[in-house]
Amino acid sequence: MGTLIVLVVLALFLIAIFNGGYNRTFLERVKNSTVWDWLTTVDHKKIGILYFLSGFVFFIIGGIEALLIRLQLIVPHNDLFVGDTFNELITMHGTTMIFLAAMPMIFGLMNVVIPLQIGARDVAFPFLNALGFWLFTAGGLLLNLSWIFGGAPDAGWTSYTQLALNEYSPGPGIDYYVLGLQISGIGTLIGALNFMVTIVNMRTPGMTFLRMPMFTWTTFVTSGLILFAFPALTVGLLLLMFDRLFGANFFDHAMGGSAVLWQHLFWIFGHPEVYIVILPAFGIMSEVISTFSKKRLFGYESMVIATTVIGFLGFMVWVHHMFTVGLGPVANSVFAVATMSIAVPTGVKVFNWLFTMWGGELRFTTAMLFAVGFIPTFVMGGMTGVMLALPPADFQFQDSYFVVAHFHYVLIGGTVMALFAGSYYWWPKMFGKLLDEKLGKIHFWFFFIGFHLTFFPQHFLGLFGMPRRVFTYQSGVNLETLNLISTIGVFGMVIGTLAFMFNVVKTFKKGVQASSDPWNGRTLEWACASPPAPYNFAQLPKVRGYDAFWLEKEAGNKEMQPAEPLAPIHMPSNSHIPILMAIGFFVAGFGFIARGDFSMAILGLVMVFITMFMRSFDRDPGYYIPVEEIERTEKGVKS
Amino acid sequence: MAAHDVKLTPGGHNETATLDGKNKVLGFWLFLGAETVLFACLFGSYLALRHQTMGGPTGQELFDMKLVALATALLLTSSLTSVLAMVAMNRLQKKQTVFWLVVTVLLGLGFLVLEIYEFIHYVHLGHTFMSSAFGSSFYALVGTHGAHVTFGIVWISTLIFQTVRRGITLEMAPKLFVASLYWHFIDVVWVFIFTLVYLLGKVG
Repeated sequence: MGTLIVLVVLALFLIAIFNGGYNRTFLERVKNSTVWDWLTTVDHKKIGILYFLSGFVFFIIGGIEALLIRLQLIVPHNDLFVGDTFNELITMHGTTMIFLAAMPMIFGLMNVVIPLQIGARDVAFPFLNALGFWLFTAGGLLLNLSWIFGGAPDAGWTSYTQLALNEYSPGPGIDYYVLGLQISGIGTLIGALNFMVTIVNMRTPGMTFLRMPMFTWTTFVTSGLILFAFPALTVGLLLLMFDRLFGANFFDHAMGGSAVLWQHLFWIFGHPEVYIVILPAFGIMSEVISTFSKKRLFGYESMVIATTVIGFLGFMVWVHHMFTVGLGPVANSVFAVATMSIAVPTGVKVFNWLFTMWGGELRFTTAMLFAVGFIPTFVMGGMTGVMLALPPADFQFQDSYFVVAHFHYVLIGGTVMALFAGSYYWWPKMFGKLLDEKLGKIHFWFFFIGFHLTFFPQHFLGLFGMPRRVFTYQSGVNLETLNLISTIGVFGMVIGTLAFMFNVVKTFKKGVQASSDPWNGRTLEWACASPPAPYNFAQLPKVRGYDAFWLEKEAGNKEMQPAEPLAPIHMPSNSHIPILMAIGFFVAGFGFIARGDFSMAILGLVMVFITMFMRSFDRDPGYYIPVEEIERTEKGVKS
Repeated sequence: MAAHDVKLTPGGHNETATLDGKNKVLGFWLFLGAETVLFACLFGSYLALRHQTMGGPTGQELFDMKLVALATALLLTSSLTSVLAMVAMNRLQKKQTVFWLVVTVLLGLGFLVLEIYEFIHYVHLGHTFMSSAFGSSFYALVGTHGAHVTFGIVWISTLIFQTVRRGITLEMAPKLFVASLYWHFIDVVWVFIFTLVYLLGKVG
């Protein structure tokens, strides 16, 4: 560990010397560079892009892990990745996809879109927003460094005790899991807090709660879920860390601990977590379907109610992950009924999407294709969910590939397809350029068919008795063909994703410049430039109803009416404290993993506290953009 | 509403006079919601594991109610003094604000000293963090509260320093207000610890 620090410091010195020594002009040059600007940015649109891109990088890493898992399972008795390596692969695949890919990409879209949709100039806490992003990055990096330093976590993404205790996981793998997730979890919590306050306090005049776009609504409810679910994970991880590093006995039966305690803490967080990643997907789908059907979202109010009901029920059902633990028939029945009742508000949503399309002027852009493909796929995932909610049936399905098929149908068929739909839909707003539609359609069809080819057979594999998490299977028990098909299907998804990446590169090089409103949009984000000016709206728009921008267009207006006179706009200054604080957390996390000697951990924590003091005594009041500059920018936009 | 249109008003709610202040106060309430879940989980763990003493001393034998009662009195009083600090702050009386904040910090320190003494005392009686699930969950719950008290003391101390230097401003008012919210929250948590750990422990 010491060597690593020495090397990093040495590298920094070398960079400094090669750039002409660390004198004043060098510092000046650093501070004016684009890299420094992105590292210290507090602009929600830039942070959104950072979230989205780093989430996508982790999506690729998690995808490669999935590919390797399927390659191992392509034929019976394969020996490509066996034993510990396979365990590490499944653990890191699950953990990466949930925490480091799905959530950050969702947060990316939220960061770019939410302030625009509610007509705000900024988020409530720009500084904390940056901090949240850098903490997520620090945690994700720490977690993935485990591949290089000492071995990845290998107890499954649920990290059940006793399996995750020292006795059965002696290496540092689970320590990386515990500390990496803890650090990125703090970042997530901060992000959620920021969205909630932004939505409550910073809506533009006229933007009442029942005029907010669906994506804003789902973000709001999701943020609430994060706020109340993540502390349970924080406690679980903290207790597991105490058990592993400091000899506590929360989960060790021999010393009076309880393994079921971990399961409760984990699923009190873990079940709401699946709604944390699916609710924003519902929001994205609602926006996309309504825009490309050229119709108001059918049953908007019932959608809002359904969203809040799902949010509430998400907390009431965690025990359905523990039906086979032995909590007894009463507990199982109560949680089974609660679980099945979630199908009601979800069904309301599905029918509302169908009715929105009914009689609409449908345009099958790539975003719309993903949205339309999402509906039957997600419904199938929902159906198997209701099957799993039946305790007697669950005793059969439990820990089989049927469960794997179920949650991939909801998480890929739901969240990932929504993320792709959202990418094509909001790409012009994020980067000012339109993604290529032809490549987009190749992306969709390969991904969609590949996905069903991969996961549809897994239902039957599960019913035929193939257990999950096991690295091989016997030949001659009817599992070969379906496993082969399943693995072939993965390549469809790989080709689709490669088409998307190629599309992104091509668009950056020579994409079509997007107008401010390329899709004939309905909500406020299409009323400002693509990409928007740093202050979003020169004058806050006045909202006169649901689908605010569409209403104005219907009334024959090209722009939103301003709600205030043109005046200098206050902006927050960039800050390097968030990244410093995240580095402090990273060093502290690494220090705890390097057991026995906690000097590095203490060093990291000291750094965290010093940066907190720096922030507390920081009196930077930000700056004002003068009216002349706003007018100049706005003129440039229109011409 | 731009910040320069707003003035400090004696007796008014200066902490929510600006949008920044409003955001800070709402954000902090939400944060306290998250903290509630955090402590609820720790309470749940403690209640699930409190009988797993593995032959070590039970809560009934351990808990020294006189010491705990004194600590409780100190902490509850400090909540009152932080209210007095807020009253003084909204009347724009800088000296009184600082005075009551200093008293709050001192009472908090008194509580902390008693808690540390209590922990050392219990360890001598054979009740350690590592001895049983009861020990682990007890120190995790009460210790997390203690860590919150420590953080609060450091936080309010830096705010005292800032108030002395800058006086009561529209920027300081929300900072002081959320710190006092935090302090009340710690107090409420302690009331639950007093009931569910100590009183319930004595009953057996």
